[in-house]
Order: sequence, then structure tokens, then C-alpha cells
Amino acid sequence: MSTILSIRDLRKRYDGGFEALKGVSLEIEQGEILALLGPNGAGKTTLISTICGITTPTSGSVTVGGHDIISGFRAARSMIGLVPQEVALEPFETVIRTVRFSRGLFGHPRDEALIERILRRLSLWDKRNAPVKELSGGMKRRVLIAKALAHEPRVLFLDEPTAGVDVELRKDMWDTVAELKADGVTIILTTHYIEEAEAIADRVGVISGGELLLVEDKKRLMARMGKKRIEVLLSAPIRKIPPALAAHDLVLTGDNDTLVYEYDTHAERTGITRLLNDVAAAGLVLRDVKTRESSLEEIFVDLVSEGRS
Amino acid sequence: MNWGAIAAIYRFEMSRFFRTLMQSFLSPVLSTSLYFVVFGTAIGSRIDQVEGISYGAFIVPGLIMLSVMTQAISNASFGIYFPKFIGTVYELLSAPVNFLEIVLGYVGAAASKALFIGTVILCTAAFFVDLRIAHPLAMVLFLVLTCLSFALMGFIIGIWARNFEQLQLVPLLIVTPLVFLGGSFYSITMLPPVWQTITLFNPVVYLISGFRWAFFDTSDVPVGLSLLAIGGFTCLCLAVIWWIFRTGWRLRS
Ligand SMILES: Nc1ncnc2c1ncn2[C@@H]1O[C@H](COP(=O)(O)OP(=O)(O)O)[C@@H](O)[C@H]1O
Ligand SMILES: [Mg+2]
Repeated sequence: MSTILSIRDLRKRYDGGFEALKGVSLEIEQGEILALLGPNGAGKTTLISTICGITTPTSGSVTVGGHDIISGFRAARSMIGLVPQEVALEPFETVIRTVRFSRGLFGHPRDEALIERILRRLSLWDKRNAPVKELSGGMKRRVLIAKALAHEPRVLFLDEPTAGVDVELRKDMWDTVAELKADGVTIILTTHYIEEAEAIADRVGVISGGELLLVEDKKRLMARMGKKRIEVLLSAPIRKIPPALAAHDLVLTGDNDTLVYEYDTHAERTGITRLLNDVAAAGLVLRDVKTRESSLEEIFVDLVSEGRS
Repeated sequence: MNWGAIAAIYRFEMSRFFRTLMQSFLSPVLSTSLYFVVFGTAIGSRIDQVEGISYGAFIVPGLIMLSVMTQAISNASFGIYFPKFIGTVYELLSAPVNFLEIVLGYVGAAASKALFIGTVILCTAAFFVDLRIAHPLAMVLFLVLTCLSFALMGFIIGIWARNFEQLQLVPLLIVTPLVFLGGSFYSITMLPPVWQTITLFNPVVYLISGFRWAFFDTSDVPVGLSLLAIGGFTCLCLAVIWWIFRTGWRLRS
């Protein structure tokens, strides 16, 4: 596999002095789907905008297909399609004209067959002559995608493509992304839904506070993120964990009346049944049992501390 | 050069114009007719002749200039302000185009619309007065250059403006007075000497004078000076726009 996008120590300080990117470095392979996962304000949009030429980098460099985004901006931008986070469209123009415009803007000759294919794939063909303002929100988002695809980009940026989109449309979007990948398009999408990254990405990058905390193969990351814990509250405190339960790797917390057991939701056996049987066999009386899933925030905290250690 | 991009921008901008073609066509016809009814007939009958030309014919160049300048500015400023306002400017900024291509597309379209309106007014005027054009080629040149330079200025205003009020402000407070005081409806030789001198600091005087020379072969200021003024103004606007795109002023954060 070859690298199609290379970001080196990219920094962005906005005019107000706020540093939104604090030295991001990242290599993206041709044909992969990379999900950038991060809370609001993490710098996802800033990163994409800087690569695409909407904001100017303070320092660092980016190359797309080997072309620098500043000195070789024409070649670099020709390879990129951008679907912005906010829906922005000429309200009075028809769907097909706005899509044609995008293709023309990138210097490509007219290709009505291609535009028809794109509009059909995105279920917009029936609406091609409707003014954009008459479309629903989900359709407008798809028009943005059609515009981005009109010049046949090699790299597609999707900035929160499913934010505020209902479940069914979200699934449609995931299918579209999968089809594009099959065509060989490299896709970088941002999201703050872990399930979304899980559903479609090959690799996941976690960004927070303008820093890329890690980039990892999805399966490995999910295994780490898929941790759940059970808290077993006992009716009376105990001094130490009974030897009969030693095999379970438990931690005694609270006022010595809570046993904590961590397990992997993706594992074939969670070991919960055996644990509860053994707890009963050890003669302990349960007051309550709680399960807790790590939240996105906690996972971020975990990742940061792991990254530093 | 990305000629395809220039054509795409130009076509997209013109389609906005064609959507409202009737309005684009009717309003200059109507306003020109009203001018002739009011100025040409009512007032003109009391003013004999200006420099040997009937007053009705005398105001035609000024009338055309007035409309062309305001139209070029408002079309170009709105043309680039609107994408900024609704956010579609992201596409321009992320496309493989340089400043010259964006300018050619937007300014070309705005100038074309102004040129169209100028032509409509000229044709309408021909119904009311007997028009002869002494230097037709020079007339076209002045008209085209005026459309272009004022569209360039409008483009700058559109990028500078942060809201609709600012978009209206410069044309309203600066351009309209300059145009009205620039000899659209009178010869500056009709003014007291002091005002004649003050008037010479108004750049619009040179444009209208040159344009009127193309019609009637008489002018307030030498024609060469008029050409120099409009050429210099065009270059100044281009330089400002070049700087805007180099620094990303009000376009790129
Ligand atoms: N034009 C701007 N000027 C100043 N600060 C900005 C600008 N755009 C974004 N920011 C700030 O940069 C940070 C990152 O924003 P953004 O990239 O939009 O995050 P995300 O897309 O991950 O939600 C935020 O704190 C935001 O307030
Ligand atoms: Mg964002």
C-alpha cells in the first residue's frame, strides 16, 4: 500500500491566538477509510479545512499524492473532494446545476453520464431539477456529497456526515461510503460516534484538544474500547478477597464492600456466570450488581494516559 | 489557466441573471423612459442646448454610465458576498483555482450583466432622442472598461463586507454621489469656477467625459486623461484583489 496523504507536524493558530492544531502528523494509505474520532472542538474540522485550503496552516506541511498543498495546490486540490460539516448550498439553483458547477470548477469537461450515475447512486436523480431549497435535510447532505464526487476525487473528506441524521439515513451513508471505498477512493471521515467508526473504518484516529492521540487499526482499538465492568456490591464489607475468587482478577473497592470485575464485551466468554457462582459459593451475599460501560470521555482519558506512559 | 473553472463560475453567475431576465430587462427600460419623460421633456424643454447638443441627447451617456456603474458594483459585490454569506465559498477556496480565475469568472459575469443593461438603456434612449455616435469603437471601449473596473471594485466591496448593510454602504454613500456629481446630467463647464476645480478630483468625471466624447466629440477633460483614469482605476482594483487572495483577507481564516 502506498501513502496518499501525508501530514507533518501541522499546526494551526487562529487569529485570536487559539491553537486548534498542536502539531498533527499522520499518514493515510491509499484506499483506506480513516475515521477521526473526537469530541466537539477537538480540531477535526480545522484539520480538514487546512488540508483542503479553506484555512491556512501556521506551520507544518501536507502533501496529497505527493503534491504539497501550497506550492502544488492545483494538483493537490484536484485530488480532493470535500463534504463540509455545515450544509451550504445555493438555495435557488437546481440540484443538477450545482453538481455540474462543481465539476466545472475543478476544470473537468462536462460528463452528463457520470453526473447521472452519481445522482442515481445518491438517490437524487428524481430530484435533479428541483431547486435545492425544496429538498429535505438528508437530501441536501447528499447533494453536498454529489458535488464533492463530481470531479472524481481520489481522496474524500466527510466532515461529520451523519451528525443530526436519523438512523436509517446513517445506514445509507455507511453503504455509500463502502461503495466509494470499493471504487478505490480514500476516505477520511470525522465523527463523534464510536459506533460509526466501528461500523465503517479501517483505522481510527483519536483527536482531542488539537492533538492526535493515536491512530490504530480499528479492530485493535475496539478491543481496547470494548471494556465493560461489573460492580458487585456486598451486603457487608470484607477484609480481603477470598482465595476462592483469586482466579477472577477482582479489585476490592468502596468501603471494602464492592468487587469490581472487568471484562471484554467482544470476548467469546465474559466469565460473568462463573464469577457470580463463585461469589455465591464463597458465601458472600450480594446487595446489588451494576454494570458500567466506559464512556467516550473515559476512553479518551484512558488513551491520553496510556499514550503518555 | 483553469479555463473550465472560469467558464463554470461565469455560467453559474449568469444563470442567476437569466432566472430574473424579465426583471433585469424591464427595470432599465422603465427607468430610462421615466428619465426621458422627466428630464428630457419637462426640464429639457427649458434648457436649450448644452454645447450644441439637445439636452435630451446630452444626458444619454451620463444615464448609461450611472446605470452601468451601479449595476456593475451591485452585481459583483453581491456575486461574491452571497457565497460568503451562505457558506458555499468553501468550494471556491478548496478548488484548484487561483485568484485570477475566480475574479475573471465573477467579475466577467457582473460586467456582462452591466453591459447588457447599458445596451438596453442605449436602445431605449434611441427611441426618445436622435442619437449619433461619433466614435463607436471608443464608445464600446469606454463602456466595457467601465463595466469591468466597477465590477472589480464591487468584487472588493463584496469580499470586504461583513453584512448586508456594509454591502449597501459604499455604493450608497460614495459611488452614487460621485456619479451624480460627476457630470452625468450637466457639463462641468456649467459650474462656477471653484466647483469646476473641485470636480476634477472626482474620478467619475473622467469616465463620463470620455464616454460623452465618444458620442458627441466634445469633452470636459482630454480623452487621453479619461483613458488613463479608467486604466489606472482598473489596475488599482486588480492590485487590491491580488493582495486579498495572497493574504486570504476576509476569505481564509
Ligand atoms: N475561525 C476560527 N477562529 C478561532 N477559533 C476557531 C475557529 N474555528 C474553530 N475554532 C476553534 O478551534 C477549535 C477546534 O474547532 P473545530 O476544528 O471546529 O473542532 P471540531 O470540528 O473537532 O468540533 C474549537 O475550540 C473552536 O472554537
Ligand atoms: Mg467540526
